[in-house]
Amino acid sequence: MVTSIIRRLIQALFVIVAMTIIVFIGVSVIGNPVDILINPDANQAERARVIAHYGLDQPLWKQYLLFLQGLLQGDFGNSFVYGRPALGLIMERLPATLELAITALGIAIVFGLPLGLYAGLYPNRVSSKLIMSGSILGFSLPTFWVGLMLIMVFSVELGWLPTNGRGPTAELLGAQWSFLTGEGLRHLLLPAFNLALFKTSLIMRLTRAGVQEVLPQDYVKFARAKGLRERRVIAVHVLKNLMIPVVTIIGLEFGSLIAFSVVTESIFAWPGMGKLIIDSINLLDRPVIVAYLMMMVLLFVVLNFIIDICYTILDPRIRLDAKA
Amino acid sequence: MTALLKVENLVTEFGGSSAKPGLRAVNDVSFSVERGKVLGLVGESGSGKSVTGFSIMRLLEKPGRIAGGRVIFDGADIANCSEEEMRRLRGKRIAMVFQDPTMTLNPVLTIGTQMVEAVRAHENVTKDVARQRSRDALARVGIPSPEERLSAYPHQFSGGMRQRVAIAIALLHKPDLIIADEPTTALDVTIQSQIISEFQKLTEESNTAVIWITHDLAIVSRLADDIAVMYAGRLVETGPVTKVLTDPHHPYTAGLIASVPSQNRRGEPLRQIRGMTPAINRLPQGCSFRTRCDRVTDGCLVMPPLLLEEDRSFRCIHPVLKETA
Repeated sequence: MVTSIIRRLIQALFVIVAMTIIVFIGVSVIGNPVDILINPDANQAERARVIAHYGLDQPLWKQYLLFLQGLLQGDFGNSFVYGRPALGLIMERLPATLELAITALGIAIVFGLPLGLYAGLYPNRVSSKLIMSGSILGFSLPTFWVGLMLIMVFSVELGWLPTNGRGPTAELLGAQWSFLTGEGLRHLLLPAFNLALFKTSLIMRLTRAGVQEVLPQDYVKFARAKGLRERRVIAVHVLKNLMIPVVTIIGLEFGSLIAFSVVTESIFAWPGMGKLIIDSINLLDRPVIVAYLMMMVLLFVVLNFIIDICYTILDPRIRLDAKA
Repeated sequence: MTALLKVENLVTEFGGSSAKPGLRAVNDVSFSVERGKVLGLVGESGSGKSVTGFSIMRLLEKPGRIAGGRVIFDGADIANCSEEEMRRLRGKRIAMVFQDPTMTLNPVLTIGTQMVEAVRAHENVTKDVARQRSRDALARVGIPSPEERLSAYPHQFSGGMRQRVAIAIALLHKPDLIIADEPTTALDVTIQSQIISEFQKLTEESNTAVIWITHDLAIVSRLADDIAVMYAGRLVETGPVTKVLTDPHHPYTAGLIASVPSQNRRGEPLRQIRGMTPAINRLPQGCSFRTRCDRVTDGCLVMPPLLLEEDRSFRCIHPVLKETA
């Protein structure tokens, strides 16, 4: 167990280093932040001063080494745009994205699992076919379009829910959260549904496929032959087996919800990390981009690790310490 | 003595509906088993013997369904009773042991969980009592240190041990009838022998009736009182094991017996029945065995009825008789 943790951390380290190099080269290829940062009316002396201030007068490899040096001291660099530490900027936005992602995932699980289970158990019913056709829509409709439609219907036409922003927040554990206030919750609902739609379809289809794979197994038949009630056969024998692939996907999708909720955050003007990273890319704010991507690599490593732990709980066959 | 289980003209179809017949995997099969007796249900792969077993349990996979006939268990027709009534019988009065012990037990649940739930499905007892019962059941089938083994998972057992667990589960409620669907086919020969002996001992002790589904005539001769031979979904010969195996009347039964390797002399090529079991959607007209039989005549183009002779029956108009065999 310990060796596998260490091995993972080392792998993560390599990924992070590789990624910082790619970002450094990538951003410098896209354009020069100087053109965006500096007032076009500025004179030559002022330009040179600003460029030197950000260290952009150095060759790229030297900038990179300076960045690594700072990193070893826990300094991710200051944002070109805000002039504040990049990491701090990201951490400020983290709670907003986190609560959005968790709510969306919660919605996806609460709807996806039971619907998928139903469609898997009764594949020939009309309702199951409707569910499965619906999931195709959930898969294929572009998120931005669904987001706009949600705003059109629920905000503009019906006027039930607000169109954008987080609404009032309340403090918990030193961070600001929307879900703690009624108004904030109303703000959270539409973007969370927008994000959840694709994930719901995914979990639904996966659950259904799992049910259809597990149901014909001998051990399900044997469970019935023991005279177990159908409810127990499904809830214990079938569900526990099909949770193994579902948990993997839920874990990875949670990561992607946090990392790539850019579109939804932009449409609903949700002040989360997704919006920050998009703004940063537009402004070529390299320190923020690098810090953000490093965070995401770490996030995926941690998530994968949690998934693996869930595996060993669900599937005794891969427990390393199991007695033979 | 009235039979414990009486299967009458059972028809099991896959697909189809009440208006349109589907594929008949089991066609007009009738037999009976008495308490404490063992019936060997014999046939090649695809002959419908396993489907017969699952039909009795009403555990057919969709689109399989019982399309006709009755299954009388202890006086009541269980082919048409409610699903809940059937559930109360399963595991309690009719138990089943499956062919592949590596697939029978749920891989993600402990043996204890799977046994305790089987006890509590039929009896309102505490978990502790159920666990105690499960431990005793494991000990009875010869599993060492049963207390520890209850917390183990199926993959920590060998195939033979898993089949013992399955048998222990089947015997938990001292059922009146056990349907054993080739329970030793997937095991090593030495383990096979052990399991059969254990099984025989335990079912004799509790006077349990057994339907032993197999293609292995050696097992049948050792274990069964009666034999029923199936071919392409129909019974072709039934009767007491001693009579049928020493003096088979149907050419198919005779062929099966001749194919047992120990019947051959050393150096002689192994005997076999030529051809293959026909697919149930492409059965020949008349006698299904017609295309593989040496005794075929034009009379075989009509399906022969089961001919009765004392305590046995056979479905052939050109029976093999001992003088000519």
